[in-house]
Amino acid sequence: MDLTTTTILAAEGGPSTILTSLAILILAAFVGFQVISKVPNTLHTPLMSGTNAIHGIVVLGGLVAIAQADGFLSRLLLLIAIIFGTINVVGGFLVTDRMLSMFKRKPDPAPAAEEPES
Amino acid sequence: MSTATAFFQQQDFITAAYVVAFGMFIVGLAKLTSPTTAVQGNKIAAVGMLIAVLATLLNPGLDGADFLLIAVGLTIGTIIGVPSARNVKMTAMPQMVALFNGVGGGAVALIAFAEFRHDPAELSADLAIGIPLVLAAIIGSISFWGSNIAFAKLQGLISGSPVKIPSGLLVNIALMLVAVGAGIAILLGSESQGLFVLILLAAAILGNLAVLPIGGADMPVVISTLNAFTGLSAAAAGIALNNYALIVAGMIVGASGTILTDQMAKAMNRSIGSVLLGGFGGEAPAVEGAGGETGGTVRSTSAADVAIQLAYARQVVVVPGYGMAVAQAQHAVREMAKVLEKKGIEVKYAIHPVAGRMPGHMNVLLAEADVPYDQLKEMDDINQEFGRTDVSLVIGANDVTNPDARMKADSPIYGMPILNVDESASVIVLKRSMASGFAGIENPLFFNEKTQMLFGDAKSSVGEITSELGQL
Repeated sequence: MDLTTTTILAAEGGPSTILTSLAILILAAFVGFQVISKVPNTLHTPLMSGTNAIHGIVVLGGLVAIAQADGFLSRLLLLIAIIFGTINVVGGFLVTDRMLSMFKRKPDPAPAAEEPES
Repeated sequence: MSTATAFFQQQDFITAAYVVAFGMFIVGLAKLTSPTTAVQGNKIAAVGMLIAVLATLLNPGLDGADFLLIAVGLTIGTIIGVPSARNVKMTAMPQMVALFNGVGGGAVALIAFAEFRHDPAELSADLAIGIPLVLAAIIGSISFWGSNIAFAKLQGLISGSPVKIPSGLLVNIALMLVAVGAGIAILLGSESQGLFVLILLAAAILGNLAVLPIGGADMPVVISTLNAFTGLSAAAAGIALNNYALIVAGMIVGASGTILTDQMAKAMNRSIGSVLLGGFGGEAPAVEGAGGETGGTVRSTSAADVAIQLAYARQVVVVPGYGMAVAQAQHAVREMAKVLEKKGIEVKYAIHPVAGRMPGHMNVLLAEADVPYDQLKEMDDINQEFGRTDVSLVIGANDVTNPDARMKADSPIYGMPILNVDESASVIVLKRSMASGFAGIENPLFFNEKTQMLFGDAKSSVGEITSELGQL
């Protein structure tokens, strides 16, 4: 499938697949550096957890690869990969949400001394 | 011909959905960097992920059996992932992230192996596929095993203290050479499955041996590094599979994870290199302090006495540490602070960048106890205030208050920025016992003449102080 795509792109005079991929890779790296460069310490833990959830995107790799997998072992490997990836995605986003919603719950941070007694 | 056209249109449609998805990742991540937009940012990224997964399922190459497997995989993953995320205690967050990170790396390694099995010859025929696949296998496997060790250390399944491995660096280099060598053999045309397993195996042992010698205190940096690794391995897999969503999301995590690691390491005054080469706290900890001048006397005090000191203070700074979180004392601390505030006493919280187990971990824990955001002071701000603070209340914190970091050049934590609690008029340390901190180092603060120790469980100690305060 990849070969076909490559051939077609080449026939149309476009860049080869790998160069397109590398271009995207470099740009994504800069986006990653840029977006994170100024984060308060406060948010480091949720942020680590959030980026952790995003790399759960690997589950796509499992979904793509399973279409062409042959044999029991390959399919088993990919099944485990999909399970792992799903844990990463679902667990990652949920746990990040749990952490962040605690930050959000705060009412306007009024001076604590004036807070009504409970 | 018409089916071919439909196919490519569909392929284009999938790719277009990927573009939308990674756009949402970028927006989501940007919003994650500010407290006010972070919740929204996380949701945006999650929706992006959903779009990417749904689009991938449009792949016409998938048949009924594939869908069955996918459904099983997604279901099992959800069944495991949701309760773990829901039920994990906030104190256990670092190891939870380690675990989620590990399975991500494991998935990459498995996918690389399955791709190799699908068409072993392709790896040498097209190096643009072969090289990234080999890299994905190596990095993914390191990340999986390394994260598992980090998890086991933080969870207390294995000792958190550094495990010395004889000539560890040489062994690690040798393992890396084995993995890379096997990879090169495959890229040169070998189709042996054994060789690919050797790559995964060598990387697995490397992942274990690389993290074992690192002490618990450095674990946040390790987890963050492995987080970046998993991102990079996902990007490598994305190049091999020609999947833009994987490339972009993986690389963004790889890049941001690297920055995050660097920021954490800086907060601990550690270079990433020295952390990964291991040995923190490995050089005969605790013993040196015991023989030195620090081995003075410790003065212990009572809750009633502490209450009196607090009641006559103008400013009290609470220095919370992981010990407070373990004792689940944050709510009790919040109650005590309320009582103090009613008496007109200023209460602030000094948050060391690595208080808890990760940067920002303490903020999460205090937020859970409804401590107002504006009372949490970052290290640089609060350090200027200790001079006019009457009482510093150190609750379950240790290493981040250790003056050795300022003064004792041969201390393993020398140079680490600390909270200068010893500058305040008096210091009260709530501690379970005289055991040393996570880094395994003696703390001379406890022997300082300004310092009084209140031994016992942090939660009940704080509770007693609060009730004593009520009687004043």
